[in-house]
Amino acid sequence: MSKISEILREHESDILSDWVKQQLTSSGSRPDLMKETEVREQSAEFLRLLAGAAQNGNMGDIQGASWTRVRDLLAGISRSRARKGFTPVETATFVFSLKQPLFTRLHKAHGSDAGGLFEDVREATELLDRLGLFTYETYQKSREEVIQRQQQELLELSTPVVKLWDGVLALPLIGTLDSARTQVVMESLLEKIVESGSTVAIIDITGVPTVDTLVAQHLIKTITAARLMGAECIISGIRPQIAQTIVHLGVNLSDVMTKSSLADAFAVALQRVGLTICRPTAA
Amino acid sequence: MDRIPILRMGEFLLVTIQVDMHDRLAVALQDDLTERISQTGAHGVLIDISSLEVVDSFIGRMLANIAAMSRILDASTVVVGMQPAVAITLVELGLSLEGVKTALNVEKGMELLRTSLNGHPGGLGHGPAKR
Repeated sequence: MSKISEILREHESDILSDWVKQQLTSSGSRPDLMKETEVREQSAEFLRLLAGAAQNGNMGDIQGASWTRVRDLLAGISRSRARKGFTPVETATFVFSLKQPLFTRLHKAHGSDAGGLFEDVREATELLDRLGLFTYETYQKSREEVIQRQQQELLELSTPVVKLWDGVLALPLIGTLDSARTQVVMESLLEKIVESGSTVAIIDITGVPTVDTLVAQHLIKTITAARLMGAECIISGIRPQIAQTIVHLGVNLSDVMTKSSLADAFAVALQRVGLTICRPTAA
Repeated sequence: MDRIPILRMGEFLLVTIQVDMHDRLAVALQDDLTERISQTGAHGVLIDISSLEVVDSFIGRMLANIAAMSRILDASTVVVGMQPAVAITLVELGLSLEGVKTALNVEKGMELLRTSLNGHPGGLGHGPAKR
């Protein structure tokens, strides 16, 4: 019969103090990110739930219902540590460092019964490994959430539609265009056209590093949609290399007005809305 | 059955779609409009779809058809006030309404019609050179 749950219950406070001591002295300790009292609180809570779950539940299956609270606690801990800036190793060490104090107690409890000790150590190792890996996985997930949020923010930041003149909009595109970004670009451009009542929009692709068939397709779609709404688009800032690529790819841009620089495009746009630029003559 | 009103303004016909288009309504509009164009001898048709929020491939094709029919009857068609969502949908459906003139609002659309009628054909999708 396994002695793990029994030991966890009987020696809870001893294991806790050993464990916390070990966490604080190990290389994974981060006093700059987390206070000692907080470490102690988390450890005590985890140990308490672990003892409860080990007593009731099946040790081999941490996905079971009896482990729900343990899992929730671990998920919360690893998420908060991921946000605080702990490394994955430091986060997983939280669980793994429980092994040593637990094994010491097991050793004492079993005395000379080597076979029983081996069985319990094996079981405890398996359990803590699973919990450690679970912690690591949650950590990874919360980091991915952060990355996703940042990507979303970048997406919104990188597609400004600027008004150059009454009735003239410009859309300076910077960075690689993919389907998701083009969708945002298209929507924000069309919204702005309606909002400002502009008849000409300049799409400047100076900052777009490469143009492939997909990007060209996206651009043409945006231009067609703008045309359907009654606004004309001019593409500007096509670099020589990109012009070559477009022709080699066989993309048909003949229906679209293209200008080499934003300035040229702006001049045409002003002409379209019936304005001219002139230098004031000296009186 | 509902019908979409077709108003006459001088030599132009004005169609304002204020309700959700459904298929039978679109077919009825096609009949009525061609009838009215030949009756009145109008030279321009302006279709305002600024209240149209939802469009499907059928309605998109009806718009293109109506424009093509008007052209055969010697009336140029301008579609005005298309919503961004509608424009995106039509493009995704592959309906770019080639040959249909478009304008941002009724005012610009009328201007475009007048210019094209005076023998200065405006380019596709943009207003006249002069304000």
